[in-house]
Amino acid sequence: MTTEKIALERYKYDVLVIGAGGAGLRAAVEARESGLRVAIICKSLFGKAHTVMAEGGAAASMGNANSNDNWMVHFRDTMRGGKFLNHFRMAELHAKESPDRIWELEMWGALFDRTKEGKISQRNFGGHEYPRLAHVGDRTGLELIRTMQQKIVALQQADKRDHGDYESHIKVFAELTITEILKENGKIAGAYGYWRESGSEVLFEAPAVIIATGGVGKTFKITSNSWEGTGDGHALALKAGANLVDMEFLQFHPTGMVWPPSVRGILVTESVRGEGGILTNNKGERFMFKYIPDVFKDKYADNEVEADRWYVDQDNNRRPPELLPRDEVARAINTEVKAGRGTEHGGVFLDVSKRIPADVIKKRLPSMWHQFYELAGVDITKEAMEVGPTCHYVMGGVEVEPDTAAAVGVPGLFAAGEVAGGMHGSNRLGGNSLSDLLVFGRRAGMGAAAYVKQNSTASVSDATVSAAAARIEAPFARTGGENSYSLHAELQEVTHNLVGIIRTGSELKEAIEKIADIRKRSANVAVSGGRKFNPGFHLAFDLDNMLLVAESTAKSAISREESRGGHTRDDFPGMDSGWRQSNHIASFDGNQVNVRKQALPFMPKELFDLFEVDELKKYMTPEEIAKGGSN
Amino acid sequence: MARKLNLRIWRGDATDGGLKDVQVDVNEGEVVLDVIHRVQATQMGDLAVRWNCKAGKCGSCSMEINGKPRLACMTQVASFEEGETITVTPLRAFPVIKDLVTDVSFNYKKAMEIPAFAPPADLKPGEARMEQVDVERSQEFRKCIECFLCQDVCHVVRDHEENKKSFAGPRFFIRIAELDMHPLDILKNRKRTAQEEHGLGMCNITKCCTEVCPEHIKITDNAIIPMKERVVDIKYDPARMFAGLLKREKRS
Repeated sequence: MTTEKIALERYKYDVLVIGAGGAGLRAAVEARESGLRVAIICKSLFGKAHTVMAEGGAAASMGNANSNDNWMVHFRDTMRGGKFLNHFRMAELHAKESPDRIWELEMWGALFDRTKEGKISQRNFGGHEYPRLAHVGDRTGLELIRTMQQKIVALQQADKRDHGDYESHIKVFAELTITEILKENGKIAGAYGYWRESGSEVLFEAPAVIIATGGVGKTFKITSNSWEGTGDGHALALKAGANLVDMEFLQFHPTGMVWPPSVRGILVTESVRGEGGILTNNKGERFMFKYIPDVFKDKYADNEVEADRWYVDQDNNRRPPELLPRDEVARAINTEVKAGRGTEHGGVFLDVSKRIPADVIKKRLPSMWHQFYELAGVDITKEAMEVGPTCHYVMGGVEVEPDTAAAVGVPGLFAAGEVAGGMHGSNRLGGNSLSDLLVFGRRAGMGAAAYVKQNSTASVSDATVSAAAARIEAPFARTGGENSYSLHAELQEVTHNLVGIIRTGSELKEAIEKIADIRKRSANVAVSGGRKFNPGFHLAFDLDNMLLVAESTAKSAISREESRGGHTRDDFPGMDSGWRQSNHIASFDGNQVNVRKQALPFMPKELFDLFEVDELKKYMTPEEIAKGGSN
Repeated sequence: MARKLNLRIWRGDATDGGLKDVQVDVNEGEVVLDVIHRVQATQMGDLAVRWNCKAGKCGSCSMEINGKPRLACMTQVASFEEGETITVTPLRAFPVIKDLVTDVSFNYKKAMEIPAFAPPADLKPGEARMEQVDVERSQEFRKCIECFLCQDVCHVVRDHEENKKSFAGPRFFIRIAELDMHPLDILKNRKRTAQEEHGLGMCNITKCCTEVCPEHIKITDNAIIPMKERVVDIKYDPARMFAGLLKREKRS
């Protein structure tokens, strides 16, 4: 069908930031404060990014709750959490700079909860040795987004005063999708996209592009991510010639809702179990006692009587097994469901109603009670919840230089936040995401500013523009092709069943074939209706991105023959210190994703020496231990 | 189990449009946004609807459901009578773009006009000390998810396009109140500019905004009324009027 195509809009900027979540906004502030002209692209309205969903807090060793805390302790916790697959330099920069990034937000108007002395309050969280998470109740992410959104408005007001125009130096392009990152002569030259509202096309010419597009959750059937988590930045980077590192590592949160459908995937906070919630299967059996790994036997109760005593006497009893680390609980639930002991809707039961009086539930878990009552019509004081693992976060992402956030191999391209890889290794600690996007968002802004000072101009050739335009037009020209909604659903079935929380070589092989088949058919997607705010049209492009992400994940996963953090192989259940020395690098050759091994950079002696050798022995080979650091 | 729901959806754009009837499956526990998504996936591939988090935290899926401004992700189908037709229409106070999507740029323009947070120049990062009880007053307003339902329902602009120029609306009255009560903000006369430049005086406290707020922020009682009272105090305080004669008050 013909479409109502309008003349191409063209803009020139110094820096183009794709993504308006925490990392993108922090990068934009930094680039603008370096004196550059910045465009911010958001796929949805300004201030709606998925960062708003973060509840727990931002990890930073300010030492307000415990003065023993410092960057070295935070660094150690982060490396342990990532099972030592993290890029040491990213973990080091993150641990050192997080406190300054939090204090800076306060100077921009953020209002964190306070300690008795009036400092920023810090809360405990899994994997962090000391209370470390700066927070605002259970809406810390919203506070971060709003603070940076308002900081950008403050900068625009200064520009209005100094230059007569709010948008002279920083402009937000809301509801705009980027379909391609453009290069000329091997360097970044800009990006191409369309307004979601009108469907009309936009060309940005800019020497530096910062990708800050967040995660990939929508590749999976059950996810805590919103519709925006379609791996756009991962795919854009791949197509621009950048690499993705360690895409096999995905964090599945053990307790997402599975029923009713309206809340499928939405998180059920760990606190429900912390307050006494128990997990049971369809036989009424409290199954977690069967899943305590040997290394944790001395810390977790092996019987109900002791587990229940722990809630009143934590010094003399072992913890209930419901409180094992996230990956252990998620695997246990998965096993129960696969064995046919799950609920009707493919989860297990999480119940507080029979254990805690209704008024206590409402007092201690107010937002959970509210969320279920309002969203799902489920009264958790009277009935059990159905829960199952939900795809929550991708540790893998664009391979970057830690100090500048520059994408390896593509001059002018930068990446920060969830879309960047390396920082979290094989598993991210709660609270490290919000501080990650502040630290590396700022560094990406600095990196881009330094680059632009050396490479100030960029222009895009007509041939490049026509090729990008033809790609957007293509799905409208087809008739009777595949429906993007059903192909998306098919992809989600494949990833859920074959590339999910527990993987095997044969299933991954099957997944790779099926993803290739869906990708072939997706080349045939036809779109009904016009260009104006047409979700079917939007999904056609998102789908292409998700397919590349899924292919990268499946191919990295089949290659890594060990289990570590967010990658569990049923056929290779152990952690292998040989594999710890390798990253997976995914690249795109125009037809398919190729995955190769690359040596993981080894930490220098001063960081190596922060650990006890006995601990490092669990992760490293004797040769590495003997070497004692890279310098 | 699945039953059929009669849904009436406004479809069209700025030039033309009308209500379209569809029948769609609905399952137990579903919200209105689920049903709209099913219509999109099975019957109307190009049906425009704005949404994001689907958990009541981002404020994107604002629309009018049976004439009431609501978040579609927080409105359960089961809250309507069985057999009742549910009518979904775009926000009435803003220009329609397509179907259920409206142009809410009015709000982003107003946001730019509210003077930003202004901390003391000599305050260094990490040195701020505030009591929990003092931050809580502003924290209530910072819960705002910018769904703009309060802006949509407010009768000052709902049917009076001409008032939009001089009226910032409830969302931005709580923004001003938040800054005014912020322990670190030193900008003077925020209440006075709320009255004189942002249209606080046009509000006549019908509390419609408070009623539709999905975050249950007490917009009228905790932000608008206290500011109105202070403005009255400032304007009609005889001591101040006398002092004002002696020394012209600094205005921001």
